Amino acid sequence: MMKKDTFVFGIETSCDETAASIIKNGTEIVSNVVSSQIESHKRFGGVVPEIASRHHVEQIVSVFEETLKQADLTFQEIDAIAVTKGPGLVGALLVGVNAAKAIAFAHGIPLIGVHHIAGHIYANRLVKEMSFPLLSLVVSGGHTELVYMKEHGSFEVIGETRDDAAGEAYDKVARTLHLPYPGGPHIDRLAAEGQDTYALPRIWLDEGSYDFSFSGLKSAVINTVHNAEQRGEEINPVNLAASFQASVVEVLTEKTVRAAKEYNVKQVLLAGGVAANKGLRSSLEQAFINMDQLELIIPPISLCTDNAAMIAAAGTVLFEQGKRDGLDMNGHPGLDIEQF
Amino acid sequence: MNILAIDTSTYTLSIGLSDGDTMLAEQVTNVKKNHSVRVMPAIESLMNEVEMRPDELDKIIVANGPGSYTGVRIGVTIAKTLAWTLQIPITAVSGLASLAASAPLIQGLVCPIFDARRGQVFTGLYRLSNGFVETVKEDRNIPIVDWCHELIEMDEPVLFVGQESVLHEKVIAELMGSAAAFAGNSVPYTRPAALISLGQSAQHQDPAVVIPNYARLAEAEAKWLESNAKKDKSSE
Ligand SMILES: [Zn+2]
Repeated sequence: MMKKDTFVFGIETSCDETAASIIKNGTEIVSNVVSSQIESHKRFGGVVPEIASRHHVEQIVSVFEETLKQADLTFQEIDAIAVTKGPGLVGALLVGVNAAKAIAFAHGIPLIGVHHIAGHIYANRLVKEMSFPLLSLVVSGGHTELVYMKEHGSFEVIGETRDDAAGEAYDKVARTLHLPYPGGPHIDRLAAEGQDTYALPRIWLDEGSYDFSFSGLKSAVINTVHNAEQRGEEINPVNLAASFQASVVEVLTEKTVRAAKEYNVKQVLLAGGVAANKGLRSSLEQAFINMDQLELIIPPISLCTDNAAMIAAAGTVLFEQGKRDGLDMNGHPGLDIEQF
Repeated sequence: MNILAIDTSTYTLSIGLSDGDTMLAEQVTNVKKNHSVRVMPAIESLMNEVEMRPDELDKIIVANGPGSYTGVRIGVTIAKTLAWTLQIPITAVSGLASLAASAPLIQGLVCPIFDARRGQVFTGLYRLSNGFVETVKEDRNIPIVDWCHELIEMDEPVLFVGQESVLHEKVIAELMGSAAAFAGNSVPYTRPAALISLGQSAQHQDPAVVIPNYARLAEAEAKWLESNAKKDKSSE
């Protein structure tokens, strides 16, 4: 007998994207809708939590409607509702969580809360089947982590940032260079044209540590700009962007390669919004090019930034493992990936 | 015509079920607890109690504010998602109007009050007559002192309702004297039956376009507008 297909409806509202998606059998995108709010946050130079929450409640039903329409499915054919329950902005999370509960209740569908970073990692499964053990480098506006997975649904954080996330450092440096928000793509673009001439520090922390720190690097950039101003000198923003990016990328790449070898993993997965960074992509590709027994997977940019396909993909695995949440599920702004 | 009504716009959680003619169940809890955790389980248990399945619902009524931003959003999100996915009509009504309508057998001006901190209130002015609720002054966010001056102009007695009116009772009494009366604990919060009766006489809306009425800009937006207005002035 043929096994019935599993359809999971995913919902993501943890930050400034209102998103829903339907995934078939955990690996195939049936529909994927993202409504971005980036234009309305631009004038504030960053995401304003209250405004993000307001947009989510305005957009959510239209996004759901479009997701079902693109898939040509109804909730009668959906096996589970998966929703980001944390981490993220609490007011934003609550819109997705309560909408998910309403759908689950209305149709008697199982409900599954998903960790946002687990989602980012599982975006890779929409590109290539996972083989364990694996290592994931997660880099986004809120996260910089090395996560080890020995099997599906198991997450061990072997390294994380002690201060700023990589994406945060990008945004602050972009502001210092007077680049528009969001700054990451602008730095990436400038870096491609410039040279690493400013000799910025590489912050390695203790010998053997997989942790990261970017606040010292960020301060070094700010000081460089400040000192130049005081001396009445011009800085070269193209080269400064290139120097900053070179430092970030070198540290991320070196630690990822070292952890991949030490943990003897079969795959290395790149995850999170900063995975869209071309400098980081090509550096990792270079570093892993001669390691035949090890596979590097980098999802397309549309799956690196926040989306609900990744939440449905992670949710499918949890669904098959029998994990369920109740109608009393809450949003958890500081949810821990090792415990969710 | 089975109706579910939801009001989570203040810390009071009000849920009601009606068959269109008769109230079947009401649940009100008036404690400061987490709406996000409690609303769906409360709806589920109340519907179980009256043996009604979700697919037997014919209409959703929701109080869409003003009030606590997060509270309003939770109620509106649940209501519009339920209405959309069950393909049934939804009606959003003012939480303040529902509070005013909760004053039974009153004829005359009723002023519902939600506290908005720092001397401000969310309020509006309604005229109740023979069970009808007419809007006299739209819902707004206003300093209580300014509001009292507007009400004095009405030159008519006003009944203040809602448990948070107590916080402003002294100021109101000083400014309005004998023109102000207080319902106190006889009308502390919105009764689900009042919400349902208001919603039954109001227009249906498309669930996709039902949104909260915050009666106030987000702080960041207000500041942004203010600083832009200054820039405009200085460039003149
Ligand atoms: Zn993310």
